[in-house]
Amino acid sequence: MLALHNVGKTYPNDVRALDGVTLQVALGEIVVVVGGSGCGKSTLLRLISGLDRPTQGAISLDGTPIAAPHEQIGIVFQEPRLLPWLSVADNVAFGLEDRPRDERNGRVAMQLERVGLHDKATVWPRELSGGQAQRAALARALVMRPEVLLLDEPFSALDAFTRVDLQDHLLDLWADTRPTLLVVTHDVDEAVVLADRIVVMRPRPGRMFAEIEADLPRPRDRQSAGFDHVKRRVLAALDRSLGRAVTPEGADPKASAGAALWW
Amino acid sequence: MSLVGVTVTAERPVPAREANADRLVRIMRPVLGLVLPVGAALLWELAVKVGLSDGRLVPPPSRILETLIDLARTGELQRHATATILRVAAGFGLGVAAGTMMGAIAGYSMLARRLVDPTLQALRAIPSLAWIPLFILWLGIFETSKVALIAVGVFFPVYLGLMGAVMSVDRKVVEVGRIFRLSGFAMVRRILLPAVLPAYVLALRSGLGLGWMFVVAAELLGASEGLGYLLVDGQQLGKPAQIVGAIVTFAVIGKTTDWILATVAAPFLRWEDVVARN
Repeated sequence: MLALHNVGKTYPNDVRALDGVTLQVALGEIVVVVGGSGCGKSTLLRLISGLDRPTQGAISLDGTPIAAPHEQIGIVFQEPRLLPWLSVADNVAFGLEDRPRDERNGRVAMQLERVGLHDKATVWPRELSGGQAQRAALARALVMRPEVLLLDEPFSALDAFTRVDLQDHLLDLWADTRPTLLVVTHDVDEAVVLADRIVVMRPRPGRMFAEIEADLPRPRDRQSAGFDHVKRRVLAALDRSLGRAVTPEGADPKASAGAALWW
Repeated sequence: MSLVGVTVTAERPVPAREANADRLVRIMRPVLGLVLPVGAALLWELAVKVGLSDGRLVPPPSRILETLIDLARTGELQRHATATILRVAAGFGLGVAAGTMMGAIAGYSMLARRLVDPTLQALRAIPSLAWIPLFILWLGIFETSKVALIAVGVFFPVYLGLMGAVMSVDRKVVEVGRIFRLSGFAMVRRILLPAVLPAYVLALRSGLGLGWMFVVAAELLGASEGLGYLLVDGQQLGKPAQIVGAIVTFAVIGKTTDWILATVAAPFLRWEDVVARN
């Protein structure tokens, strides 16, 4: 269980990025955080990953306080952040250096196979496409078998086709070991595809605004009425989070679609 | 008619011939760089041969070669070249060691940088030749002062290059190291070192270049052996062929050492995504 209690972050320049976030995420649950820019989504993930420390409140994983990077918490950033001087396989093996060679090689080979990059093991990162590089980054995090995997707008730099492909791929990988996923995104469709629960945040300072259960069967049909319903609820919550007019249920679908693009 | 001919040629599969053409291009590439100097040398040789010039102050290539062969036959050339190479090696080693240490510390710690960088930058601004009288007073007229001067020349590009490289290591890459909970030493070995390596190799190469410059300065100002001594000797005894011969030797050895450095570093830099590779 990943638990955040009243977590806040004020940067040294007095910018309050995050305030009073209390959230509990059960093992194996997929929680997606959405919100406009400046609502502290990325700050939240950096705090949970241990890269930054909260200035108020506490974060714990299974009762252990998190104040520094933790071996059970992995993260995939918006950019792949592969190390350019290591081959793809060595990048994936980066966190396994202290394991015996056989175990390391076996786990890396298996993980590369799972993300569909087994034929790219020996190439340099510069030779990968954007989608391939992000899959390698995913493999690097997953090969550690983390209990919690954080994803910070992981597919936002990719084209629409690759993005949809990777969303499905991520769910597929999640099914392997069912880690807890905490995903930050500004793509409402992505949120509804992935999430068990969607947390809507509002900006300045970043606070939790609403929680929406996405109780849809998997795999999810992006065209189904249920999908559309959840999506509308999220969009309405996002609008309200910015103090805009409430979008009534069944409003002009074109407006919703426009808003979805805006986010 | 010719158009048809072209089309037929293009459609015919000619892998063997293409491979041959590839090989030819690869062989010819360095040759291209030789066209200018060799052409100029041949022209000058010709000019002296047909009597357009007596070649007294600017000796033709054949006479320079003759002089070099003579010097090599008596073992003089080897003795002088060895003396110079040893000086550069010692000075380069010292300069690199000091430059690497200071550059790494100043790049890593802001406190250290604020403490030492202004002083080092001020020292860098001193014309290098200004050190010579002082070094001779302090260290004597023999090897030590020469090696010290070379080391000073090598130090600054290495120091500056490494400091800049360490300072500009991408925070995002360092965060990858932090996520995998690397210790300080592992962070240096697995993240910082590879990240700064390209810039460091470049700094070493410019340091080496300056080392070769400074060895001449040191040897011109008093040496009983070394390629710089050959220069002075050639001037005093009016032997331009010997001067040019020493200069050519400098060029060859300098270029060779730079090539060795670049070649040794190349396998570690294959990952670089650079324009030059394409």
